[in-house]
Amino acid sequence: MDSGLITQFIQQIINGVSLGSIYALIALGYTMVYGIMRLINFAHGDIYMLGAYVGFFVTTQLQLGFFPALICAMVAIGIAGVLIEKLVYKPLRASSKISILITAIGMSLFLEYTTMYFLTPQPRTFPPVLPNTIFHLGDVIISFQQLVILGSTVVLMLLLWYVVQYTKMGKAMRAVSYDTDAALLMGINVDHVISFTFALGSALAGAAGVLVGIYYNTIDPLMGIMPGLKAFIAAVLGGIGIIPGAMMGGIILGVVEALVSGFISSTFRDAAAFGILIVILLIKPTGLLGKNQTEKV
Amino acid sequence: MKHLKKIVCASAAAVLAAAALTGCGGGEEKSDTIKIGTDLEMTGNQAAYGQDAMRGAQLAVDEINKAGGVLGKKIELVSLDNKSEPSEAASAAQKLVDEGVVAVVAPNMSSNALAAVPILNGAKIPSISPGGTNPKITVDENSGKVIPYSYRACFIDPYQGKVMASFVADKLGKKKVAILIDNSSDYAKGLAKFFTEAFTAKGGTVVGTEAYLQKDTDFNAVLTKIKDLDPDFIYVPGYYQEVGLILKQARAMGITVPFGGGDGWDSPTLAEIAGADALAGTYYSNHYAIQEDNKKVMDFVNAYKAANNQEPGVFGALTYDTIHLLAQVIKDAGSADPQKIADGLAALKSFSGVTGDMSFTDTHDAKKAAFILTFKDGKPVFADKISAD
Repeated sequence: MDSGLITQFIQQIINGVSLGSIYALIALGYTMVYGIMRLINFAHGDIYMLGAYVGFFVTTQLQLGFFPALICAMVAIGIAGVLIEKLVYKPLRASSKISILITAIGMSLFLEYTTMYFLTPQPRTFPPVLPNTIFHLGDVIISFQQLVILGSTVVLMLLLWYVVQYTKMGKAMRAVSYDTDAALLMGINVDHVISFTFALGSALAGAAGVLVGIYYNTIDPLMGIMPGLKAFIAAVLGGIGIIPGAMMGGIILGVVEALVSGFISSTFRDAAAFGILIVILLIKPTGLLGKNQTEKV
Repeated sequence: MKHLKKIVCASAAAVLAAAALTGCGGGEEKSDTIKIGTDLEMTGNQAAYGQDAMRGAQLAVDEINKAGGVLGKKIELVSLDNKSEPSEAASAAQKLVDEGVVAVVAPNMSSNALAAVPILNGAKIPSISPGGTNPKITVDENSGKVIPYSYRACFIDPYQGKVMASFVADKLGKKKVAILIDNSSDYAKGLAKFFTEAFTAKGGTVVGTEAYLQKDTDFNAVLTKIKDLDPDFIYVPGYYQEVGLILKQARAMGITVPFGGGDGWDSPTLAEIAGADALAGTYYSNHYAIQEDNKKVMDFVNAYKAANNQEPGVFGALTYDTIHLLAQVIKDAGSADPQKIADGLAALKSFSGVTGDMSFTDTHDAKKAAFILTFKDGKPVFADKISAD
């Protein structure tokens, strides 16, 4: 390996990690909701899109900076997530899994096209709220924005980990995830736990939306589709329902995509991503961190 | 499918007959104006293009009528909205036939034009799509035959690839090009194919061809790879949304070589996404450019601005030319009969418009030079005018 190739390899790893950390943030919401409700919330990618729009309006209309935009989007989208759960998924809680899944797809289309109707399909451009500084480490390049994305992702994940592991609500979440009926018998308010999970997961997706909006500075109503699917792969890869699995899956997926684009062919990038999904479902359907469980029927 | 075509043709013929009958009844009304129909994208997704086109058409009609009209008659525009949808474009075409128009400005968006043209052709009404670039608008896909009554006032997509290749090789003197294609668009793939052919024929090398998909946002991986190939020019024949991101990320990564593309770049949003700095040293081909030193073009630009308080876009210019072209053909034919107009279009020697001097090729495409634009402070400006065979 000559030094050019090594530099390129390191650069592609950096590209992959910054892309993967966004997948990971979105994947966390998927995985948490699945862990609690056994529901694949296909509208999650669109919740991320809404987050980007909230961030956009906060920075352009209210002229606020990066952190206020991030916090506003997280709060607003957290509330939106709870509302969606209460209005759309709660009435169907006793229904079959397939009808909830179809409802989630319907919700996804509803969010996409309602946004398109009111805000036009035209892409919008984020104002530059972060400096465009570039750092050179030898021949390897890291931008300040990449560092902010990575930093924000790490901080948000640590916060989530703290909430899930060390708070009473987190304990309740884990209990509901382990056995909903038993949790109910122990006096846990399952409705509250589900709402809280939706709020948390959606807030993280909202944060991812703002980060992506700032980094790529363009947003549109259909921006959530592809990242939503990729995050779903990330969640399955790490083991759906397992929080560290989603983080790991996201980063692995981002790095694989970057390496495939960089060293094999850019046309194979998505094929590799979806190929991972197929391989993991064939070899270890419970994901990298998943334990083999037999499903009770 | 064949059955359906028959029905469409039959109904078109029936409507034509009805139109002829009503035409007889309203003889006096028909004699003092020449009705030209427009089937444009006035609302819907592509409304911005359609409205620009309509303003161009109206300006041309006003100019012609102010100068006394054609053959002593005023031109009357019958303007219908196709709502940016193929089905609406077809029904608007049908209504225009019913109205008894002598020629139609067909939709600018290829998919809408493709729906409208069969109806107009079936009714033997000549149509010109000012900016529809899909080859199928003038050439029937199944039979490979030219559609007799259908024309376009612009060149087709592949031509832009050739033009950019000769600009890069001859004017910029570049030898090693990397190409980044929007793999989800036939438009981009066509441009890339013809660019590659023309560029290698001129002795240049394509050092790498990479691809992305529409709606992609992260191009760092593929750009890192292209950077390593060390090209002296990068051709990105995609649309402005992804191109903007590509330029921004490429410049951030320290890729300083010039970039180029086609008319998919033409949008103010490109500068918003990429930023003015990233656009320095980039070029794209287009159907039209504001040329400060060309009186004809500047007269048009100023008249358009005076009437509409904004600058004309590509479709405004092309549609403006289309109306003037029709007026010239009617004048030369000495008649506003649809068949005479169609004959006149087929025999057209030359027409001089704001988008350049043109005639028609055997496949009813406009034969004219393409414009190369570059950016100055984030605004597109005229750089060169190139014609390729």
